[in-house]
Amino acid sequence: MDKDSQKYAIKVDDLTVAYNYKPVLWDIDLAIPEGVLMAIVGPNGAGKSTLIKSILGIIKPIAGKVTVFGKSYKQQRSLVAYVPQKGSVDWDFPTTALDVVLMGTYGSLGWIKRPGQIQKKQALEALEKVGMLSFKSRQISQLSGGQQQRVFLARALVQNAAIYFMDEPFQGVDATTEIAIINLLKELRKAGKTVIVVHHDLQTVPEYFDWVTFLNVKKIATGPVKEIFNDDNLTKTYGINYKVSVQK
Amino acid sequence: MSSAQIEIQLIAAVVAAACALPGVFLVLRKMALISDAISHSILPGIVIGFFITHDLGSPLNILLAAITGVITVVLVEFIQKTGLVKEDTAIGLVFPAMFSVGVILIALNANDVHLDIDAVLLGELAFAPFDRMLINGDDFGPKALWVVGTILLVTVLLLIVFYKELKVSTFDQGLAAALGFSPVVLHYGLMSVASVTTVGAFDAVGAILVVALMIAPAATVYLLTNDLKKLLVGAVCIGVFSAISGYWLAHLLDASIAGAITTVLGALFLLTYLFAPSKGLFSVLYRQKQQRKEVMLLTFLLHIQNHSEEEERHVNHLNEHINWQEVRAKSVLDLASKNNMIIIQNGVINLTEKGQTFTSKAIQYITDNERSEIEGMKDELFLFRG
Repeated sequence: MDKDSQKYAIKVDDLTVAYNYKPVLWDIDLAIPEGVLMAIVGPNGAGKSTLIKSILGIIKPIAGKVTVFGKSYKQQRSLVAYVPQKGSVDWDFPTTALDVVLMGTYGSLGWIKRPGQIQKKQALEALEKVGMLSFKSRQISQLSGGQQQRVFLARALVQNAAIYFMDEPFQGVDATTEIAIINLLKELRKAGKTVIVVHHDLQTVPEYFDWVTFLNVKKIATGPVKEIFNDDNLTKTYGINYKVSVQK
Repeated sequence: MSSAQIEIQLIAAVVAAACALPGVFLVLRKMALISDAISHSILPGIVIGFFITHDLGSPLNILLAAITGVITVVLVEFIQKTGLVKEDTAIGLVFPAMFSVGVILIALNANDVHLDIDAVLLGELAFAPFDRMLINGDDFGPKALWVVGTILLVTVLLLIVFYKELKVSTFDQGLAAALGFSPVVLHYGLMSVASVTTVGAFDAVGAILVVALMIAPAATVYLLTNDLKKLLVGAVCIGVFSAISGYWLAHLLDASIAGAITTVLGALFLLTYLFAPSKGLFSVLYRQKQQRKEVMLLTFLLHIQNHSEEEERHVNHLNEHINWQEVRAKSVLDLASKNNMIIIQNGVINLTEKGQTFTSKAIQYITDNERSEIEGMKDELFLFRG
């Protein structure tokens, strides 16, 4: 086993991903230490979602290696939970909030085995954590955008993972939900989990996160927010002379 | 009822049930058109199989046709992946090409082969009982029943075993992949089942009507339930009901059985589309009407709350100030007083306490969409739903 990569929750080496031979991610090296709450920022088309999806094996890269606590993702699947973009699923699907959360337990069950009372109890607890217990039997299309995002979050919580990936969890949610979500993410970090979030709102980066990765097809910078979240890196990433008032 | 009649109904019912199950997943995956493509493009597979076996129901024939069905899906996806055309265009390109190969093969061998285009397109359920399952000279019933019965049984077994996997990969491919349930394997598994079912049903109902049997039951029940299990059971029930009542409709009209079954399916969908309790056309229209009424009511209450001048709040001047016709002004006024939101003293309208609270809460809701306390209000009025 690779001793060096074991120190990191996620280690990405020389990752290149292309759609139809057009590179979306170009030779990415990234080492994410355990226990950070990290934002991935970058302009549209920078490959933020692609990076997450390649780490999770949803997209096959054309080159490079990804390790999760020193081993391949396939071996460490149970340690990782994933919250996709809200718009990536059909919310008219005939199912309830509780049922969606139960899907989070499928990974630990493996093929064929069905969720039972234990899984149901876990799912209910996760719903309670995100304040959605009273909506458990609600059809998912009848939930508001913020409530749908909370259900997705509960589905990730129920996986009881060590690493959480979230693709724009604040997209289209109201302020109350945003605060609820970020508090939950901070709680996860406190519990020693690693949380990686694709994030759009640069203003909130210093307030929400302690670690940040700048991405625009290539990796621009990665490190503690306090050290590297500055106008220089923002300009390099977004291509224009970017000024953001960093709250100290 | 003669035994042939019973057998035809039994075959129709089993075909309908076997088609309805994969149909539900095709509808949920927004792949209804794929069933159309498969049903047409398996023709060359069926024809080639028929040349070899001289038997439409033989396992080899079904296997060959099913492979053709899967090839269709692969071709469609391949063309789509080039990024030059969209999925519907890709489907439209692939299946007529495959179908025409089948048509030409039939035409070239028309003299030797008992297989004609009519039978391919429409099937002939009425003849199904003539083809018997004979083992050592003993009659075990119509062959078609054995073929589609086996297909139904296998489909049900696969569905029970892989229900969880199918559900998660249909709802959220990304999650399924991340959890280790290969969406590709499940996708082609489903496509294989759909192909095999289509081949089995093809003989009885033909290439066009098999699409109706797959899609219509799922589309109908989709309007009635929000539960996947109920959707599956309901689709089977609708399919079987249509099969049997379609048979009797054909009997009555002396018409094609397959045509009658599809007519029943269409009629059931239409009825559901119009009268479904929450998703139906009439209930949607009714809800919109209620919403309009409530918006009117709120506009009116806001007006009263905003104006302290008596003139603005006088019953007789109301239509002028709010610029409504008298009938509408009257009906809104009635609605408000019926709900105890206003009292009228000497022709001047005043908000009651209930009216005040309601109006303030509603303004809060409109200006500040983020409050959680609004949840409770949703039940009070249509306005705040959906």
